[in-house]
Amino acid sequence: MRPILMKGHERPLTFLKYNRDGDLLFSCAKDHTPNVWFADNGERLGTYRGHNGAVWCCDVSRDSSRLITGSADQSAKLWDVQSGQQVFTFNFDSPTRSVEFSVGDKLAVITTDPFMELTSAIHVKRIAGDPADQTAESILTLKVPQGRMKINRAVWGPLNSTIISAGEDAIIRIWDSETGKLLQENQKEEGHTKTITSLVKSPDGSHFLTGSLDKSAKLWDTRTLTLIKTYRTESPVNAVAMSPLLNHVVLGGGQDAINVTTTDHRAGKFEAKFYDKILQEEIGGVKGHFGPINALAFNPDGKSFSSGGEDGYIRLHHFDHDYFNIKI
Amino acid sequence: MVVMNTGTAHEIRQAKARWGELDEDDGDDLDFLLLPPKEVIGPNENGVKKVIEYKFNEEGKKVKITTTVRTRKVAKARLSKQAAERRSWAKFGEAVNENVGESRTLVSTEEIQLERPKAPGSSKAAKPEPLAPKNNATYIKCRYCKGEHWTSSCPHKDLFQDTEVSEVPVSDNQTPGASKTTYVPPGLRPRADKTEVRPRRDENSVRVTNLSEDTREPDLRELFLPFGEVSRVYVALDKETQVSRGFGFVNFLRREDAQKAINKLNGYGYDNLILSVEWAAPRPN
Repeated sequence: MRPILMKGHERPLTFLKYNRDGDLLFSCAKDHTPNVWFADNGERLGTYRGHNGAVWCCDVSRDSSRLITGSADQSAKLWDVQSGQQVFTFNFDSPTRSVEFSVGDKLAVITTDPFMELTSAIHVKRIAGDPADQTAESILTLKVPQGRMKINRAVWGPLNSTIISAGEDAIIRIWDSETGKLLQENQKEEGHTKTITSLVKSPDGSHFLTGSLDKSAKLWDTRTLTLIKTYRTESPVNAVAMSPLLNHVVLGGGQDAINVTTTDHRAGKFEAKFYDKILQEEIGGVKGHFGPINALAFNPDGKSFSSGGEDGYIRLHHFDHDYFNIKI
Repeated sequence: MVVMNTGTAHEIRQAKARWGELDEDDGDDLDFLLLPPKEVIGPNENGVKKVIEYKFNEEGKKVKITTTVRTRKVAKARLSKQAAERRSWAKFGEAVNENVGESRTLVSTEEIQLERPKAPGSSKAAKPEPLAPKNNATYIKCRYCKGEHWTSSCPHKDLFQDTEVSEVPVSDNQTPGASKTTYVPPGLRPRADKTEVRPRRDENSVRVTNLSEDTREPDLRELFLPFGEVSRVYVALDKETQVSRGFGFVNFLRREDAQKAINKLNGYGYDNLILSVEWAAPRPN
């Protein structure tokens, strides 16, 4: 396959997100401007100007009309996808790390980093249908144990009844999204040993995949929080993705960014590694980035995926025909 | 529509019996009357369509042209109504001022493959162990000393040389069939004169180690020539990099010269390195 290279960012990529139809691809980077691209040919549709810090995360509503972004400038912003105009700004007192719309787009979960004397927290905001009615108040704020540790990702559980969070303390927690009660923590012995960098849900939400700096990715059952599978690799995992079409998971990573300039790029293992979801066996690797892969996303049709690297490039891969017939 | 293969032309040689009466001049215009109509078969369930046409070639012969065409629907990206609408959205933000020249998007010139960690179909278990001996039974057996090594590399070869020569004729006389059970290459077959013809390579060979990387065979020859006539000079090179591996061999015609060279050059400083020169193969005495 010949990947499409998209150079819209000046700084390392942080997050990639496809909309539900799979025709738009949203990209966030440490430069302050998220971009939106046409996912078929890689043409840039627009940019969302307004943040004043690295943008860590984004999510798009089911109807592709609203975009929410979380940034290190201590705000999360709602955008009109079509025009690129800011609709609303949620201000916090610390950088926001992760954002996600709930099923139905009526709520959003936003996590904030520990900052100064503030500890990390998970906020739930109500998203109004009409931007004029939008308010900034949180309907729920969760204070997490070990608040000096960042929460790298928080997502909604089934039917928006729970919130799943993971972060630097390497523990996955499930919270009640109504009461804010901590429902479950993963078993210490089967969990990750280092910072969890990424978390992605399966298309049906029944299980989710976490990637960690301990050079592994783990597949968990959403309801029971039991470990299903473990995928081991040679380098820290920064990003994970799950194919909606085949039983494949993709791990992206590479050595720590701090070591990149001191080693040869061939030694860095900057490749997106495909694993069989069930057999936990490596299928192959897709190379090309000149730095660690920070973001991965699968097109909802499962026929293409994109990766964003520390090198500032997004590489959009449309799979060759033979990918779909790979046998182990 | 994709044309998979365009067809096979059959020539039908046909006597123009009846139609021969027609004038040559107006033959062209009447072609369509003389030829069978165009026939279309299919398309069948695989999308294969056969079209049979007839026409006259320039020699005036009737030609049947069968064209087999497969029609394939090129999967058109199924866009939802909303997605199709989004296609026509106006660009915004920094994307507006983008001119064609400085495109943000380019297609990689490099073909990227999904690199498999191992060849498909092969697994570690599939590789057979080469003739693994069962419970410590050896399948390599030296013909000289019955040890576990190849006969040609037997360290005791010279000790067994004499006995073998005397043994073989006896076995040949008594059981001619037995000696033929195992194949012995001609070079290893026992012969009366074998003791006189020794392998050339071993002759007065001197091993030189700790050579510098820059030392080539001519240099080595130059170094050893003062001691006597040299028959062969060899410097070991790395197969891939062609860089000297730091050792070589020099063969002398006379053993005394070789000994002289060893005495003189062992410990000799050459190209900043101290050479080590010794007999190449440990000689049994």
